Amino acid sequence: MKPKIGVFSFTSCEGCQLTILNLEDEILALLGHLDIVNFREAIDEKRDDYDIAFVEGSITTPADEEEVKEIRQHAKLVVALGACACIGGVNGMKNRHDLEETRRYVYGEGARHFPTTPTRRVRDVVPVDYEMHGCPIDKKEFLRVASTLLLGQSPRVPNDAICNECKALGNVCMYDKGDYCLGPVTREGCGALCPTYGEVCMGCRGFVDHANLEGMVEAMKAHGMARRDIELRLTQFNALTPVDVGRFFPN
Amino acid sequence: MKSFEVNVHHLTRVEGHGNIVVNVKEGRIEELRLEIVESPRFFEMMLKGRRWDEAAAITARICGICALGHTTASVLATEAATGMVPDEETVLLRKLLVHGETIQSHILHLYFLVAPDLLGVGSVIPLAETHPEVVKRALRLKKLANYMCDLLIGRKVHPIAYVPGGFTRWPEKKDFLTVHQALLDAREDLEATVELLAGIPMPDLTRETEYLALKDPKEYALYTGDIASTLGQVSPPHTYRERIQEWVAPHSAAKHVKAQKDAFAVGALARFNVNHAMLRPWAKQVAERIGLRGPSHNPFHNNLAQLVEAVHCYEDAIEIAAELSRRSYRHERQKPVRFGRGVGATEVPRGTLYHDYTYDKDGYILEANCIIPTGQNLANIEKDMEALVTKVIDKPQDEIRHSFEMLVRAYDPCISCATHFLDVRFV
Repeated sequence: MKPKIGVFSFTSCEGCQLTILNLEDEILALLGHLDIVNFREAIDEKRDDYDIAFVEGSITTPADEEEVKEIRQHAKLVVALGACACIGGVNGMKNRHDLEETRRYVYGEGARHFPTTPTRRVRDVVPVDYEMHGCPIDKKEFLRVASTLLLGQSPRVPNDAICNECKALGNVCMYDKGDYCLGPVTREGCGALCPTYGEVCMGCRGFVDHANLEGMVEAMKAHGMARRDIELRLTQFNALTPVDVGRFFPN
Repeated sequence: MKSFEVNVHHLTRVEGHGNIVVNVKEGRIEELRLEIVESPRFFEMMLKGRRWDEAAAITARICGICALGHTTASVLATEAATGMVPDEETVLLRKLLVHGETIQSHILHLYFLVAPDLLGVGSVIPLAETHPEVVKRALRLKKLANYMCDLLIGRKVHPIAYVPGGFTRWPEKKDFLTVHQALLDAREDLEATVELLAGIPMPDLTRETEYLALKDPKEYALYTGDIASTLGQVSPPHTYRERIQEWVAPHSAAKHVKAQKDAFAVGALARFNVNHAMLRPWAKQVAERIGLRGPSHNPFHNNLAQLVEAVHCYEDAIEIAAELSRRSYRHERQKPVRFGRGVGATEVPRGTLYHDYTYDKDGYILEANCIIPTGQNLANIEKDMEALVTKVIDKPQDEIRHSFEMLVRAYDPCISCATHFLDVRFV
């Protein structure tokens, strides 16, 4: 029997599930190996007998929390998709502001109708079996992980820095071009796509385990980056992994 | 008089989470609303204090489907606020990318979200068995546009090289030639798409309303233009606050938006109604072939207008790709010359999108505001739902429910986008 899968979306741009729909060359073959029983953006059917739940988005409301707990009960495996689900992503920036003030700023008098909690990663709420990083996820990584799971194996979460991939491609280092890049501490797996297209790494795949973040701050400071800008860069996607930048700038 | 109740919880085949609630008792509408239940994300607050070169990458994450549109509006706003003026080639490449996004979004909507209704199935998946050639063609067309953006700027979701002041990397000549060839190769698929949709009748629902779209004296406005209306009046983007106002709908605490009348529509049909004279030749022929004449006041014709626009963008993209492949050009990204306030207005697949930023003297955001097309359409969708009540009231319950779903889908609402901002408020 083909394994059944569900694709679910919480607080996010829905770009990760769109990345799955963008597998134009592979999607028909993929459908030969699994049954999609719940995928609101693409199909009408809604069933709860899925084996694998792919979950994108952060948990930011009481309703999100309730639903993801229910999904966990139904699914044998839960795979978190993308920066919002795995590291908080851009939603993490919300936690840098006072929650009540944020609600009032955006919704004014209507604020009471919008219950919101601080941004949480999926694994802060339910156990997660695998995290697929990126903003959005990478198509090839999705195919690799999906086929590994379909074969009943455990995929490996990449845990080396982007710099490895970037160097192998022969890109000129962003620091040599006078820019400030998070490649040295960010989890690889995207093929250093941003530096290859001339943009710095903003850290959307999260930091590698045991990243030397102090060293990263010192390097950015040594290259002339202001304290405020270092803080901004480190919090664009990774606000839920706070770094004390202030201690590197004693008055 | 008849009574019926429609309660669609989490409408499928739209982008984001929405509910339809209609309650009619003895011919009288007791309740009627399109509820937006997507979690709010508070982007305006998150943007406060961020630097001028971060805004585009952050706001692209408002919506995966509209990422390129948000990038465009954000870049235009920041450029207006910083005095950067992109050169001709930069504008051409951006227009090519906008065409890519428009084609991809319209094709996705027509084949994956609308066609299943018209062919009487629940999704595109059963179509893969009954109409494999249709699904394969849809995938090829969708891929074409994604491929264009991936090749030229790294990724469509979310764009990488497209930044304020220009691009972080300019494509090579051969990339433009590749895109040009890929477009030429897709012609047959697009022709077949026209034939497919020409053969499917659209439901009839005519209700006069106001249509707003950007206008450009030289072309069918998409990348940018002035704000125009089917009721007249043209003014530049920074006047948007005078042109459209928020108001509170009496039947719910939902904040809606109005212009000259109590509701207006934006999107493909609005653009077609305002700008159809500027369409490219094949697009004009297609409009005639499928019986779309401007102005049309049938919201279901938004599907037809999307098809006409896909053809227009296709024709224009071929020309731009050829032009850029011929030019010898060295791109240089511009730098800010001042920091102040700037408004960016652009046509994204679902309508006019506004980003409005105010920077402090050092280039950090003090205030940010974004007005999303789906938010602008909500009041108009509800007016159409009201009009639909009398039309379907004597039909069986299932058919009534299905008609409401189809009507909302015809607007191609993007709820992920809409809920992240002040202008959409439902209780």
